[in-house]
Amino acid sequence: MKSVTIVDYGSGNLRSVQKACERLGAEATITSDPNVVAEASVLVLPGVGAFGDAMRELRGRGLVEPLQRHLATDKPFLGICMGLQLLFETGREGGDHTGLAAFKGDVVRFEIDPSLKVPHMGWNQVRWHGDSPVPTALGSYYYFVHAYHARPAEAADICGTADYGGEFCAAVSRGRLLATQFHPEKSQQAGLRVIEAFLDRYAGRP
Amino acid sequence: MLAKRIIPCLDVEKGRVVKGTKFLELVDAGDPVAVAARYEAEGADELVFLDITASHEGRSIMLDMVRQVAETIFMPFTVGGGIRTLADAAELVQAGAEKVSINSSAVKTPELVTAVADRLGSCATVVNIDPKRVVRDGREVWEVFINGGRVPTGLEAVAWARQVEQLGAGEIVLTCMDRDGTRNGYDLEITAAVSQAVSIPVVASGGAGCPEHLADAVDRGPGMGMADAALAAGIFHFGQCTIREVKQLFAKRGIPVRPVEDARDRTHVSSAPSTASLSDSSSRSV
Repeated sequence: MKSVTIVDYGSGNLRSVQKACERLGAEATITSDPNVVAEASVLVLPGVGAFGDAMRELRGRGLVEPLQRHLATDKPFLGICMGLQLLFETGREGGDHTGLAAFKGDVVRFEIDPSLKVPHMGWNQVRWHGDSPVPTALGSYYYFVHAYHARPAEAADICGTADYGGEFCAAVSRGRLLATQFHPEKSQQAGLRVIEAFLDRYAGRP
Repeated sequence: MLAKRIIPCLDVEKGRVVKGTKFLELVDAGDPVAVAARYEAEGADELVFLDITASHEGRSIMLDMVRQVAETIFMPFTVGGGIRTLADAAELVQAGAEKVSINSSAVKTPELVTAVADRLGSCATVVNIDPKRVVRDGREVWEVFINGGRVPTGLEAVAWARQVEQLGAGEIVLTCMDRDGTRNGYDLEITAAVSQAVSIPVVASGGAGCPEHLADAVDRGPGMGMADAALAAGIFHFGQCTIREVKQLFAKRGIPVRPVEDARDRTHVSSAPSTASLSDSSSRSV
């Protein structure tokens, strides 16, 4: 059985993520123990809220170092929502905050089109790029809820985009890492297929 | 493009869905879990549960219900009704609600909105506003009412909407009381005024009687509601129309909508989504 470890840093209810993994036949453990995170083969980093608060919680629990080591060694990693944003160098919500810096770039508030509502809340369509770990035929709507979005410095890191008054980064990938700005665990079947693609592609291998 | 959301609202009393549902084939049509699962399969974009239980003892029953619903469906849902404290709100989110909606308490204790937004995030903080058209000093005012439309507050709806945004709300559910339960259509004038006054999403509520009404509520054309989502109860519960019919109409009118088939396993997958125009949506069976 595939086994995944969900990182708990006090960012709310993680049961929906765990339930989605379980539905796909994986065993999913929720932990805030840095030793367990350090030993994990497959990590899921969920999260909502503010960038600075999230980094402070990760630091306070000693989770930054094991997360960065996991990312640096290209072990399977799935980031969701804030779990995508934290992968960047800098979050610009309420001042500049240092992130996990696995990707070059920053996280900024939606200011693409001032006539649009923020937060960007609801179902939006993702255009998966050809080299995305998610089969591109899975063009579908996913549930988003966020006021900030990542601005990757390297276009090659982006594997999916969505349109909200202009194109923005909806997913990034590299090696055995996939991270989505939307919530696959709250995106019905379309979302489950994304988690399934991640598990099938990356979580099965040592 | 961001789809306009269609949101069935379920009234819950002591953990039971009340005011009827059309799902007569369900073994238990009052079971919130079964009804939620059914709406998920029908293509609802979100759900709202409104706790109308009068007593305080109902809270633990509600939390159980929220846990069970969260355990079953893979879509976001909001819970409202009787939220008076930060603890009330936090418990519901901890139990699995995506958002909480605050109504009377937002007027009585506006600092609650800020406290909930600080703790749970603006995205999880919804404020309900229930305006009524009243005449004050010979001129019409859109006055906010609380306690189920019984108590006037002296607040004007558009100004109050701007204020709740400032307080930290991430979404407004606007229930126009003059239309609520009439099936005569949403109050498009008030809806458009509020929607344009704030930069957070606005959910139109009150008055849906047919698919056209929901489309009018979210349409951006002149004289339309310009809302981001449309909430309805009776027309879905009693089977006047299906979510699929509403979505078909949205697509026909060029309103961005998530096809119903997305809610289920897709056996026929369309080509690259970037090329899927609205006319594609209408030709697919939404």
